Amino acid sequence: MSTRSATIGTALLAFACGAGAADHQVVGRGQPVTESDLRAWNISVFPSGAGLPAGSGTAQQGAGIFASKCAACHGDKGQGGLGPALITDIQRHGIDESTTSIANYWPYSTTLFDYVRRAMPWQSPRSLGDEEVYALVAFILAQNKLIPDDEVVDARSLPRVRMPNRDGFIIHDPKLTPPFAAP
Amino acid sequence: MASKGDRPEDRSALAAVAGNGLLDRRALLRRGLGATGAAAGAVLAPRPALAIPLQDAPWSLQNGAPTPSYQVPSKYASFVARTNANPDNLPKVTQARTPHQLMDGMITPNGLHFTIVHAGIPDIDPATHRLVIHGLVKRPLSFTVEDLHRYPMVSRITFIECGGNSAPLFSPEPVQADVQALHGLVSCAEWTGVKLSTLLEETGVDPRAKWFVAEGADAPHLDRSIPLSKAYDDAIIALYQNGEPLMPGNGFPMRLLLPGYEGNTNIKFLRRIELTVEPTMSYYESQVYTEPLPNGKAYQFFLVSEVKSFITWPSFGQKLTGPGLYEISGLAYSGDGAISKVMVSADGGKSWGKAALQDPVMSKAFTRFRMPWLWDGGPAILQSRAYDEKGNMQPTRAQFVKARGEFDKVPDVKAFQNHHFNAIVSWAVDSNGGVKHVYA
Repeated sequence: MSTRSATIGTALLAFACGAGAADHQVVGRGQPVTESDLRAWNISVFPSGAGLPAGSGTAQQGAGIFASKCAACHGDKGQGGLGPALITDIQRHGIDESTTSIANYWPYSTTLFDYVRRAMPWQSPRSLGDEEVYALVAFILAQNKLIPDDEVVDARSLPRVRMPNRDGFIIHDPKLTPPFAAP
Repeated sequence: MASKGDRPEDRSALAAVAGNGLLDRRALLRRGLGATGAAAGAVLAPRPALAIPLQDAPWSLQNGAPTPSYQVPSKYASFVARTNANPDNLPKVTQARTPHQLMDGMITPNGLHFTIVHAGIPDIDPATHRLVIHGLVKRPLSFTVEDLHRYPMVSRITFIECGGNSAPLFSPEPVQADVQALHGLVSCAEWTGVKLSTLLEETGVDPRAKWFVAEGADAPHLDRSIPLSKAYDDAIIALYQNGEPLMPGNGFPMRLLLPGYEGNTNIKFLRRIELTVEPTMSYYESQVYTEPLPNGKAYQFFLVSEVKSFITWPSFGQKLTGPGLYEISGLAYSGDGAISKVMVSADGGKSWGKAALQDPVMSKAFTRFRMPWLWDGGPAILQSRAYDEKGNMQPTRAQFVKARGEFDKVPDVKAFQNHHFNAIVSWAVDSNGGVKHVYA
């Protein structure tokens, strides 16, 4: 309680002194953090390609990784099992989301890199190196016939993969107006 | 109370306000059961006298049990519990649903608050947990739980609703399941914490920032993109839930609270906020919480929970014990503001009466509504329809389905194959007092 009172007292004092623009000084408990401190956590990838790391991978490299680290849940051909199908030519049917897939639904290829790197494999997320993630992304995209079998996937090429359903979405929130990023 | 004004109210309190026995909302609230005596007398036979002498029960004749440090419900109320769709913690999403049909009031106690986790509940040591705010800020900063306790706190009573709540109602036939199974992925609690805007004052914000990406410390590192305007509007870094530290299934030690926004955006186990120019288009906003539409397109960033209500009593699986006076009760809420009105029908929507709204009626919180009903023992279809202060009105199911579609076949009740269902729910009471789910 005394901590809370002190905080409010300090805030009032700062306010009384007209410290409006310098409000960040009022409590000031945040510790500065550098980009290098953040490296392990700074994993978001964006449709523009921002956030994609160095490295590259091909479908051929990804095939073996898929067999050893993904197939147990997603099926040996990515057809699905305990986990969802990743490699499928399923067609969307009505409004049933279970008929949506990476190939027929996802608007951006960068999402695949982002999600695999942050969440997969299920039992040991963040255990894949960036090169392994690029290789898996290449394998899944190539098997879905979204890129040529021999394409090298990296930070330059991945954002250029145009997904078939790229324009299939309506932004529901009326306050949001796409496009969201500069081209 | 002016005596002159009482006379017309007396008459209205006895009057039906809509078909099939709905009575003026003041009948119960202001006058008690006695005021409706004249109307009720027509169908209510007086109950026979008790006819057994009252005696002390065993628990009145001995000392009780020791008091535990953290109390749990009576064993006689232990059936009031969540259902878990993934009890073996298999590698898939887990949902635990709130049993609204067994509860009353507007607050969901912490043990019954719904939980969805996409890869189990992490065991987070609050002493080493960090929240980092970085990206398009002037000073990237890291905060511990202890640090956050130095900042001014605010409390907010608000509901959180999963985008998949009520998804079984996309079924072409009414799924026969209780309120918990159909509508149990919404709960309402008092959340206490630090405004996100307070922390952004300290980091400073680059004017190019239009979004922030929030990310959890759980295994999937679950992440969503949020318009930055929400941070200044009413976003909170919540540390307390109904007065105690957050429950593990609800985000311990801290979560993002975005009042009125789809549940999944309220990132639990919050560890990172990155201010950005563009949304990340995460898995959860590219597929899982989108809404495929009949025209082949799909809604994305369906962020605000639309106005909605459902009757919790009587509802599927419950039984009325004979004709007489009942209180219909339910929950109404809107992610766009406060509930302004709830109308109730007992004849499948042919006629409507205004329900009583129980105080407090708060923006983006559960509002409990109540409606006196004199059941004559015949068939009835009970419905509720909510309105909010922004002029939004809960659609009929026919209106909703026309715009948003329905499934081709009956879905697994535990799956949510589409999202954001908010249409009117209908419960049919049969002449035996049984209650079924119908479309009307």
